[in-house]
Amino acid sequence: MRLVLNGSPVEVVAHPMKRLLDVLREECGLTGTKEGCGEGECGACTVLVDGEAVCACLVPFAQVRDCAVRTIEGLGGDHPLQTAFTREGGAQCGMCTPGMIMAALALGPKPSLERIRVGLAGNLCRCTGYEAIYRAIQRAWQGEGVSKAVRG
Amino acid sequence: MPVVGQSVPRKDGAAKVAGAAKYVDDITFPGMLHGRTIRATIPCGRIRDIRLDFDPAGFTIVDCSDIPGRNVVSLIEDDQPCLVEREVRHVAEPVMLLAHEDREKLLAAKVHIEYEPATPVYDAERSPAAHKHIVIEKGDLAKGFAKADLVVEGEYRTGHQEHVYIETNGFIAVPEDGGITVHGSLQCPFYVHKALKHLLGLPDDKVRVIQTEPGGGFGGKEEYPSMIAGHAALLALKARRPVKIVYDRAEDMWATTKRHPSVVRHRTGVMRDGRIVAMEVAVLLDGGAYVTLSPVVLSRGCIHAAGPYRCPNVRIEGRAAFTNTNPNGAFRGFGAPQTEFAVEVQMDRIAERLGMDPVRLREINALRPGDTTATGQIMGKDCSALMVLKEAVKRSGYRRKRRAWQGTNRGIGLALFYHGSGFTGSGEVRLASKCSLATTERGVLILVASTEIGQGTRTMHAQIVADTLDIPFEQVDVAVPDTAGVPDSGPTVASRTCMVVGRILERCAKEMKERLDGLGPGEHYRRHGPMVITKEYEPPPGIVWDDATYRGDAYATYSWACDVAEVELDPVTYEVKTRKMTVVHEFGRPIHPVLARGQIEGGTAQGVGYAVLEHVVMQDGAMANAQLTNYTIPTTLDTPRLDVVMLENPYPYGPFGAKGVGELPMDGPAPAIVNAMRHIGLDVREVPALPEVLMEKAGEAVMR
Repeated sequence: MRLVLNGSPVEVVAHPMKRLLDVLREECGLTGTKEGCGEGECGACTVLVDGEAVCACLVPFAQVRDCAVRTIEGLGGDHPLQTAFTREGGAQCGMCTPGMIMAALALGPKPSLERIRVGLAGNLCRCTGYEAIYRAIQRAWQGEGVSKAVRG
Repeated sequence: MPVVGQSVPRKDGAAKVAGAAKYVDDITFPGMLHGRTIRATIPCGRIRDIRLDFDPAGFTIVDCSDIPGRNVVSLIEDDQPCLVEREVRHVAEPVMLLAHEDREKLLAAKVHIEYEPATPVYDAERSPAAHKHIVIEKGDLAKGFAKADLVVEGEYRTGHQEHVYIETNGFIAVPEDGGITVHGSLQCPFYVHKALKHLLGLPDDKVRVIQTEPGGGFGGKEEYPSMIAGHAALLALKARRPVKIVYDRAEDMWATTKRHPSVVRHRTGVMRDGRIVAMEVAVLLDGGAYVTLSPVVLSRGCIHAAGPYRCPNVRIEGRAAFTNTNPNGAFRGFGAPQTEFAVEVQMDRIAERLGMDPVRLREINALRPGDTTATGQIMGKDCSALMVLKEAVKRSGYRRKRRAWQGTNRGIGLALFYHGSGFTGSGEVRLASKCSLATTERGVLILVASTEIGQGTRTMHAQIVADTLDIPFEQVDVAVPDTAGVPDSGPTVASRTCMVVGRILERCAKEMKERLDGLGPGEHYRRHGPMVITKEYEPPPGIVWDDATYRGDAYATYSWACDVAEVELDPVTYEVKTRKMTVVHEFGRPIHPVLARGQIEGGTAQGVGYAVLEHVVMQDGAMANAQLTNYTIPTTLDTPRLDVVMLENPYPYGPFGAKGVGELPMDGPAPAIVNAMRHIGLDVREVPALPEVLMEKAGEAVMR
């Protein structure tokens, strides 16, 4: 099946009803997307499908045919959100972090605090109490490299 | 430039935000099988027969007869079997293990177990058996009550709490060279090492435990990993292939440990002027079906049960009761959240009875330097109860809001609390933790078994070592906790990793600095070869504790905090929203302010969940809502805005003045929130304070 994965067209062979989460982790070797609950409650497996944040544990692989799928690995490691999560303590154990960053990315640049709180309500973090995550997202869009991230 | 007190980038940050950090489920080995646990479905009885309703070809099957050593999960009492032999004591108890390379075939395999059921005990209050009994006595209780102007009694209840680390429990066992290596998500590598040695009958050097990146622990990966590691190891040894067991969320919630539910009864004698003259406290914890860690959870709970208050006449009696439910275990706070909830709600009820401001009552009774605790420990200059109370009251505008919101659906309440740093009593001396520091080509390498579970161990230890050696932070590396390569610096629990382990590392670095003869460690390594310094725990001077009488210095020191909660009651749904919390903590000195704040904010959020959301529904001895769909932890929308203040009072025997902060923030939110509900007029004495509880209390309030 064809799709665009982290910006590159790829052909992936997997059962159409296999969870996108498992296809990414097992067929594509992208283990940055995590499983927290397997029922769409925790958001640890959040990825972007055509720009929209979805729980990869709830999406059958067939559904992403010809779609653009973006995972944490597609951010390159130096995205302002990633840098800010490190600096502000937005990542502690790190298990919710990839999904949290992808969900934050889907909010677009410079979201208001209210928009962040509502937008991340589907992503559970047990370590931070979320305050550091708010600080990280707000800080991410203040610093250098932001214009590049907005374009990219 | 010194890095202690600076928020340097955390060592594991880049890998975590890039999705590159390897958690146990991200790792595979060639030829690896998947493992599954067949569990009992009755709470109490005997197994009569086990029948395999599948074709066993291609399966590895393990039961208790395959255990080469002793069938125990070795911890305190060694009473818990790794696999049931005949007697079942709780639902979800492991009976049999299966492994197969195809996960779908593995999950489809059916095992039928026939039981001879017996009558279970679910109610800790009626349980005839106890795992542990403790009495703490000070002064003359009868004399105290005889003198009191007023006696206030109360009973307080707390429920189970599930850890909900976002990464479930998991292990991979790899048979190697006549022994076994296990890779897994854990807090205490040497606990697992000890348990595997007993279970497998192997010598020290044939068991190796390596930590993978843990996706959260909070105590939930203190003792349970010994069980799952044992299961993976038994399967791997029989199959002679690597075996991975990773629980799904439902199994993790249904089968693993939780916070002990409690019933705490208080009887307090007070004078009209507010002085507390007698405190009688009875603590009951539901220990579950095996001893596991209940004795030490009860111990910490009892020692903290009188709260941060001075009182000449005290009796605290604690009991951890047996029930036919999953063993309850370690969870951040370790007994203290339960008992500090009770005492802090009792304090507000006493204030109410005296017609006194709750702050004033606490000011009168709070421990000051020179006062003694229930165990007779004399407080030193590191006692900051009044300091945190005053700051929290001032900063939150408590007094003004208390007056302004009287008679409305908004309330404000507070809790004053403390938490002992490190193991209880003589625990640290008996642990005799060791740490090593080695020179390398790049600088130095920290060798400890203390694990990074998100709290920032690697970074904080590296800061302490860098500044002590006066070298750049970047030249300090931290070894992966691997029992074959690091000394036993003790378990990663009990708010000890910074204060206790960090202190030993500081001593290693001091000695290394003296022996470097003015060279940098990298330079010294290149000229003279490797140098390794190993140091063992030394207690601060003057610490005395008697395990038999529970008298003396229960902890080397305590950290102190005051939480102020502002809540709003929805008059239609009876939901209480915590709008804001002012959280003032004193824990010596933060080594890394961003990480320390992260502990406080995260622990406070867990406490908010404990107070109003998190409800483990027990049905026939098991968790009936073992799913994140109907066991809810705080989301962004449930977590209040947090105003965190970190006050400093450097502790001379902690590294750079630091004390413990990991557990403290968990102790205060529940009583602060419930006291805010009391301000609205709701006489709540239990958590979780769910809307149905509040509706009932509101009805009572109207009836009055």
